[in-house]
Amino acid sequence: MTERISATINGEPFTGEVPAEELLLDFLRDRLGLTGAKQSCEVQVCGVCTVLVDGDPVSSCCYLAADVDGRQVETIEGLAGTDFHRRAADAFMRHAAVQCGFCTAGMLLTAKALAARGTGGDRDGIAAAMSGNLCRCTGYVSILDSLTELLGGQP
Amino acid sequence: MNAVGQSVERADGRLKLSGQAEYTGDLRQPGMLYGAVLHSPVAHARIASVGARAAEAADGVVAVLTAADLTDIDPYYGHALRDRPVVALGKVRFLGEPVAVVAAESQAAADAAVTLIDVAYDELPIAASLETALAPDAPLVHEKRARPGSAHGLGDLPDADGNTCYSYSFRRGDTDRAFAGAAVVVEGEYTFPAVYQYSMETHTTIAHWHGGELTLWSSCQHPFLVRQEIAALFGLPLDQVRIIVPFLGGGFGSKSYTKMEPLTAAIARKAGRPVRILNAVHESMITTRRHGMTARMRTAAAADGTLLGRECQAWLDTGAYADNGPRVTATAGDAAPGPYRWQALDVQAHCVYTNTSPSGSYRAFGATHLQWIAESQLDEVARRLDIDRLEIRRQNLLRPGEEVRPGGKPLDADLVGDVEKAASAIGWSEPPARSAARKRRGRGVSVGLLAAGAHPVSMATVRMGPDGSVTVLNGTTELGQGARTVMAQIAAGVLHAPVGKVVVRGTDTRYTPYDRSTGASRSTTVAGLAVQRAAQDVLNSLLETAAAKLEAPPQLLTPVEGAIRDAGGRTMTHAELVRARFGFDGGELIGHGRVQPEGGSGSYAEGPVFWEVCVAGAEIEVDLDTGVVTVLRTSTVADVGKAINPQLVARQDEGATLQGLGNALFEEMHFAPDGMLLNDTLLSYRIPAFRDVPAAMRCSIVENGDGPGPFGAKGCGEGALAAVPAAVVNALADAGVPMTTLPLTPERVWRRIRELKIS
Repeated sequence: MTERISATINGEPFTGEVPAEELLLDFLRDRLGLTGAKQSCEVQVCGVCTVLVDGDPVSSCCYLAADVDGRQVETIEGLAGTDFHRRAADAFMRHAAVQCGFCTAGMLLTAKALAARGTGGDRDGIAAAMSGNLCRCTGYVSILDSLTELLGGQP
Repeated sequence: MNAVGQSVERADGRLKLSGQAEYTGDLRQPGMLYGAVLHSPVAHARIASVGARAAEAADGVVAVLTAADLTDIDPYYGHALRDRPVVALGKVRFLGEPVAVVAAESQAAADAAVTLIDVAYDELPIAASLETALAPDAPLVHEKRARPGSAHGLGDLPDADGNTCYSYSFRRGDTDRAFAGAAVVVEGEYTFPAVYQYSMETHTTIAHWHGGELTLWSSCQHPFLVRQEIAALFGLPLDQVRIIVPFLGGGFGSKSYTKMEPLTAAIARKAGRPVRILNAVHESMITTRRHGMTARMRTAAAADGTLLGRECQAWLDTGAYADNGPRVTATAGDAAPGPYRWQALDVQAHCVYTNTSPSGSYRAFGATHLQWIAESQLDEVARRLDIDRLEIRRQNLLRPGEEVRPGGKPLDADLVGDVEKAASAIGWSEPPARSAARKRRGRGVSVGLLAAGAHPVSMATVRMGPDGSVTVLNGTTELGQGARTVMAQIAAGVLHAPVGKVVVRGTDTRYTPYDRSTGASRSTTVAGLAVQRAAQDVLNSLLETAAAKLEAPPQLLTPVEGAIRDAGGRTMTHAELVRARFGFDGGELIGHGRVQPEGGSGSYAEGPVFWEVCVAGAEIEVDLDTGVVTVLRTSTVADVGKAINPQLVARQDEGATLQGLGNALFEEMHFAPDGMLLNDTLLSYRIPAFRDVPAAMRCSIVENGDGPGPFGAKGCGEGALAAVPAAVVNALADAGVPMTTLPLTPERVWRRIRELKIS
């Protein structure tokens, strides 16, 4: 069974049939070739598949593609090139907060949602809000430094 | 400014930040099929029959691989022991072992077809734990001794004894005398859990046969060793097996040696089309893990704190196949004495088969297993003799140049200085802060050594084009540690080239020169030395051309940023020199660098290449009512000789610290008596998250220029993982709760508090 969806993916309209059971992650990676979102835990714990749906971070590994009908989806490919991404990337580079890079896209997209919500620059608050994104390389300190710097000036 | 010693930006950082970095799972080969593995539902059984017809007839299925397809090859692999078949042959040895593989047009079709394969098992008694596997009447996981693999590096392997597939032991001095003369003897039994490395990218491999040659794209740390094993399996010359390594989403040892490559190559051979196998997390968890261990240790000391003797017996659970277990076992044995002077030692470490998933390498293996035990006994000696715990280390620690083990590399680090730094960073000399009611604080430090560098064979090629751009070809895998950045810095540093002009590519064994492996903290030291030599080779060519063109004596020429200058101040840029040499806008300079064993075989016994320092401090608070241990601050010491990129060095220690806290506090794989892994998802197996970062984490970088690598460098990145759990255990004992089992879960700590009647 397929479902017809109309959605906006990274600012571009998409209209087409998707299998009813297709996961948003597979839809993005296999159908659209947007491979910036990664697959890992498949149970909404690790955050490497995070994308934004109507601005909210979701685990695309547990979200049906059919459910983005009428919504806006933003992936790292869409975020790249925006002013937020430039500032975030500069902060991450300054603090060497990228190592293997597998978690990086998810981190940036969650951070974008935090910025949009106006979550302040309190370090503990950021750490709590980012608890759905895991990283096995960095020890988190450099990511926290980057995000505190990035989100610190926000109301 | 010379690139060496600078925290230059990561070469791959912006690519990764934009989502454009390609990992194996992001690749699509034309005509690629999707593989799904049938895993054994039982831990130990004879395979009576395998029926694949229904699966073969299912929609979208192109091929089904079973043991029957392996009759024309030598189906066993294993770099230490060739004990592992591509798929189970005759019997299964662990719950989850691959029995068959389906290749289909879609992942969904492959996943569906796998359920149609009909396997009949005749179940056998199960030895799913060390205790059952070591019992006198234990079922044998392997009835026959496997052949040695091609890269065990452990000399003559002793005969197997029951389920013990390898033993490592050494004795020095007379332990009976040492213990008889002791003022204090500390002894105990200890348990270390099985732990999952959890690189966020799971094992992923694509195989493609074309014209009799095999190409593999794989998330592997050691492509050249994988090539060797695959070539041996399929009877191919090395140059007909090509391994291409995209970016890795972490490794930590889990992608060392051969993992999913044989299975993927075998199903692709049958399907006649490219096939990808991308593990789910629960599949990667049974592909490799850290060895669980039980150990006994005794330590004897004189009344003045002088260490006299130590005995240690350790049993490491390698699961159903050896993988890197023998090396892990030997390294664990070597970690038992710690870096101290002893009159007598008696150490035995055993690698034991069980009917559980195979164990292999995980960052700081062996040292992580033993250091917390050895260091907790040293603290207990100090407590009983009323000696300061830092002082007893000063008193007994080896000094630079002293023998660590007979015939091996002497100590090449200032451990006293290192541990003093770790202690001072957690406020060792300050009075302890007051804790809240029903909470207690404690501090601990730990010191250890890890035999690092593996076998010292690495090659590199550096190419400079007529525009002055530089390409480094070296087989080190970029798995997040920053190898491509560091190699670029080394080449740039030698050539005095702007680091932005140097590009380091990923490995393609068809073109990239040989490098043994990416592990054992060896890349900066060993592969980096090859890169340094290759760059020097190019620099020599530049100097030669400059001497001819500037008509200047070579000794009066100086490399300056992007150019060579003579004594009179005339310069020629790199681009001008390359073009001048070849007489037109073309040609290239190619430099070769080689590292091989110097004055010896390079064997494990004669090594290591260097001793990696494992030093940390920790301050904790324990809640007496709940058993919750909160780590307040940690300190680590990256004793790296020379930090090529200080920021990347600090990241290594920070990452290892968090993994160390996970290993110490909550990470543990639970196997049921029937061999089933009970917590095989991230819902039930927790790794450290943002909230687990201690309030203060301090990494001190020590640069004594005492490493054998480029510019006096030596490797780092593993030591902190061995040292942090030990420091945490010692801090908890300092707070009054000595523990002999990891991880330090609240329940376990709470029970111990009750047992000791602490109030």
